[in-house]
Amino acid sequence: MKKFETFSGIAAPMPLVNIDTDMIIPKRFLKSIQRTGFGVSLFDEMRYNRDGSEIEDFVLNKPQYRSAQILIAGDNFGCGSSREHAPWALDDFGIKVIVSTSFADIFFNNSFKNGMLPIVLPQEQVDVLMKDAEKGENARMTVDLEAQEITTSDGEVIKFEVDAFKKHCLLNGLDDIGLTMEKEASIDAYEAKAGAERPWV
Amino acid sequence: MSPKTLYDKIWDAHVAHEADDGTCLLYIDRHLVHEVTSPQAFEGLRMAGRKVRAPEKTIAVPDHNVPTTAGREDPAQMTEESRIQVEALDKNAKEFGVHYYPVSDVRQGIVHIVGPENGWTLPGMTVVCGDSHTATHGAFGALAHGIGTSEVEHVLATQTLIQKKSKNMKVEITGKLKPGVTAKDITLAVIGETGTGGGTGYVIEYCGEAIRDLSMEGRMTVCNMAIEGGARAGLIAPDETTFAYCKGRPHAPKAGAWEQALEYWKTLYTDEGAHFDKVVTIKGEDIQPVVTWGTSPEDVLPITGVVPAPEDFEGGKVEAARRSIEYMGLTPGQKLTDIEIDTVFIGSCTNGRIEDMRAAAEVLKGKKIKEGMRAMIVPGSGLVRAQAEEEGLADIFREAGFEWRLAGCSMCLAMNPDQLSENERCASTSNRNFEGRQGYKGRTHLVSPAMAAAAAITGKLTDIRELM
Repeated sequence: MKKFETFSGIAAPMPLVNIDTDMIIPKRFLKSIQRTGFGVSLFDEMRYNRDGSEIEDFVLNKPQYRSAQILIAGDNFGCGSSREHAPWALDDFGIKVIVSTSFADIFFNNSFKNGMLPIVLPQEQVDVLMKDAEKGENARMTVDLEAQEITTSDGEVIKFEVDAFKKHCLLNGLDDIGLTMEKEASIDAYEAKAGAERPWV
Repeated sequence: MSPKTLYDKIWDAHVAHEADDGTCLLYIDRHLVHEVTSPQAFEGLRMAGRKVRAPEKTIAVPDHNVPTTAGREDPAQMTEESRIQVEALDKNAKEFGVHYYPVSDVRQGIVHIVGPENGWTLPGMTVVCGDSHTATHGAFGALAHGIGTSEVEHVLATQTLIQKKSKNMKVEITGKLKPGVTAKDITLAVIGETGTGGGTGYVIEYCGEAIRDLSMEGRMTVCNMAIEGGARAGLIAPDETTFAYCKGRPHAPKAGAWEQALEYWKTLYTDEGAHFDKVVTIKGEDIQPVVTWGTSPEDVLPITGVVPAPEDFEGGKVEAARRSIEYMGLTPGQKLTDIEIDTVFIGSCTNGRIEDMRAAAEVLKGKKIKEGMRAMIVPGSGLVRAQAEEEGLADIFREAGFEWRLAGCSMCLAMNPDQLSENERCASTSNRNFEGRQGYKGRTHLVSPAMAAAAAITGKLTDIRELM
């Protein structure tokens, strides 16, 4: 997995609540057997007309947000399906950080597995960032995971919480499977014990 | 020892390793796999030269993409991309040696129906699948939840998941249900109460007399939609209803092992005085037959209600409701029973089991669907289909004017050819009414099987109690 490094980028505002995985990547794009190439289909039904032309007033089609790397989103972002194609599509588009008041659990986990950082903040702070994002391309925010800080274009610093293990994995680009395999002896021991206690499993 | 919830007990029995910060490796007893969320995971194993650690605990079945029309063995019935995914699962199942039910097998069906039906899902287990509706298996008192593809690969390689414990939430449905009210109405009513984010961070245990009174099929319907309330998993403590369902299933324990398992399963309940972080109580008699009016499963109202106005809501929901009402082509104040329906879909992992078929047949017996109505019933598995044929239900459906299909996910998510066209309006027994879920610009109203059957007859969303 790639390492998560401090960066400054454009933030796009998407205040709609309950943005679901079917909006992020509609099911007709789930037929690929690859992990890449989903960015062009990100938010497909909100972003394009049926003839393939762009819907002008969709936020990521506006000139100032076309290279956004941060999304400031409404509550309960990523609700719905377990499809990892949702973070794959965001990542492939170039989004590295999503800020909201809450995320659906599965989406939240899936994002970390792909080197992305979903950040949960209280409503007032999301409102501050939403306002900053509305300024467009001049409003570059800085995300520093090590310090757990977002700095707005005005220099306001907002602290955020992140699980220590997930932070460690992101900063070092660690592969979960490799880490778990180091604990193989524990898994072997568990299997032996559980197998004796519940042989029918 | 301090009192434990059911969730605490199952969790504790599956921790293979715990780090100082509370991050655990949770051992997985059953891993269910389908064609859409697994190809990248198998490819990852292949590239790293890894094997499936426990192929005997891994069960694969194609369901999302498969056509549900006769003659589907013909690859021409699938789009090229769907065919590639199904073929990839065929190949991966064979190469990695996992249990497999191909399309040609009578036991093939929706993964969440196949698991319980064949006795793979049992009380006290941990069950995962790259599909959010894995919550279904919680009906057995199994800790079951959806995972992403990276986690699918992680479970294939290590038979564990990296997890932190969720919080405990109790949802109690007291008393008896009124006539016409079903498990689907319970689960939708709960989401209407808590919202789609209300369960985020929690595992829900459903309890109370109305839950105890449900069959296993009904309990699966309730747990299936725990995820629509934001909870990764829903649980119901196993009891005699559960044990009777499991007994004799092909992969359930036999003879002496059965007695040993039963003894353990009977310890799987929440202890008196155990702590819940959140409690929701709903009176069973207050629940009415419900429908959804919008594009989020929390947009639930009793069928006797009217379409709300955006101003009825607060905060970000005002804009979301405005968008939903426009998308759904509705008018605030419009009676829900005045909404005309073009299509009826009965099926899915929410309502594709034999009891759902029976409920629909009871309404449809001796009736005809409205002229011009497109109506399909898609059984959740080949075994459900066979049983419905045997019980004469299939004849009732055909005579009423329904298409009687082969098993699969079908129009629940419309990855196969079963889709809504633009602005087509559907009464559906599935689980999600998201924009575009059943087809581009398609409009979905979530209902119970009996309500779906009623809508097929009248051509409108209908209060089932008026047809009883």
